[in-house]
Amino acid sequence: MTYVPLEISDLALAALLLIANGAVSFAFRLGLERSLAISALRMVVQLAVVALALKYIFALDSPLWTALFALFMTTAAAYEVVSRQERRIGGAAATALGAGAPFFAGLVATMFATTLVIGPEPWYAPRYVLPIFGMMLGNALSGTSLVLDAMTSAAVRERSAIEARLALGAGRFEALDGILRRALTTGLMPIVTAMATTGVVALPGMMTGQILAGIDPVSAAKYQVMIMFLIAGSTSIAVVAAGLGSVLLLTDERHRLRLDRLRQT
Amino acid sequence: MLRVEHLRIGSLPPLSFAVSSGECLAIEGPSGSGKTRILRAIADLDPVEGQLFLDGAERREMPPQAWRRAVRYAAAEPGWWTDTPRGTLPATPASRPRIDRLVSALGLVEDVLDRPVTLLSTGERQRIALVRALADEPKVLLLDEPTGALDVGATALVEELIRFQLLAGRSVLIASHDAGLIARLAHARLQLAPPQDRAPKAARMSPP
Repeated sequence: MTYVPLEISDLALAALLLIANGAVSFAFRLGLERSLAISALRMVVQLAVVALALKYIFALDSPLWTALFALFMTTAAAYEVVSRQERRIGGAAATALGAGAPFFAGLVATMFATTLVIGPEPWYAPRYVLPIFGMMLGNALSGTSLVLDAMTSAAVRERSAIEARLALGAGRFEALDGILRRALTTGLMPIVTAMATTGVVALPGMMTGQILAGIDPVSAAKYQVMIMFLIAGSTSIAVVAAGLGSVLLLTDERHRLRLDRLRQT
Repeated sequence: MLRVEHLRIGSLPPLSFAVSSGECLAIEGPSGSGKTRILRAIADLDPVEGQLFLDGAERREMPPQAWRRAVRYAAAEPGWWTDTPRGTLPATPASRPRIDRLVSALGLVEDVLDRPVTLLSTGERQRIALVRALADEPKVLLLDEPTGALDVGATALVEELIRFQLLAGRSVLIASHDAGLIARLAHARLQLAPPQDRAPKAARMSPP
């Protein structure tokens, strides 16, 4: 089980394809050169920084630094959730929900995975905790974004229906139940689709990485299955928390629909 | 009896009035003068300052659901959340005969409730929304342009139904542009000034 280590020159060769991409954009005046260059550069810098940081933290093997890095990842995630919304709910509670739902879900799934499923020694070994937490956080994050976006846009679009139900004496969860159900479906759709098509349409990135790194495909597949289960679990925790939380934030204690709390971004 | 005290809505002066059971208060004023906002505030659908009492009980003394079941707001443009209107009506055995009576009183045919909402005319939708609002016998009716989308015949039926609700002891607040309807139904009027020239005394109650 060996793998071919990559040199910087190999990466430069791979980047040639990106330059071909840039040439296409230039020839057809797509105007993508700039964003291509910026995003490629961002990727290289971010991955280099993260790789170095991870190397350092793995060597330290300290729970404190592991927790700090996880917290940093969560902050970045919260920023992503907030900036991806077309309309967002104003106030600190909404930001707390956007960051808290993925964080909580990621934390639960990661603790579960490292203490019970994989069981490395010690359980907080950053080598296991951080990559798993990152994957959980990333997926829970997309789920949370999708749910919040679905909830806010449906609440605006179906305002008269929601208020008609409130006016007829429904509570807030009853008045928003159809919207909540649809938003939860939207939030869970990516992971459900991913589980159904994985291996058939594309090999998952993590499994590909492990195979390239010389791991036996069966072992890689086992790891992938575990990760998918964990992702499904953590995404559903985040999706449900975001859905229920957004019902509370879109309404008030007198069960009124409070669209005045939404900000256009 | 519905009593409103120091209700503050937008730039309107604080409103205080009472509507006894069997009484109809008309709210008049041009578009944008705040008719809908007043009705929505009384249904506790918007956060506003002021006290609202129903038979002596303030709205905050009861759960909002109970308040809105007793103080029923019917919007000018009703909302729908199921494919056919039937799904938006109460389905208890007790409400069934009442719904049938209301449907025929408003000149609708029974099967209109099972047609897709999108295929109904605005007038049909508005009348079904009125059936929906009355089906569980609220104490106070807040009707926003109840005849806005209706022809003369249907307007007469709605007017008759409102009169019947008054006789049954309900309080009715009605916001409408239809001067004739107001003249025939209202016991008192609340006149709102146009949004631009809003002086402190712009809203006033006039005796019938």
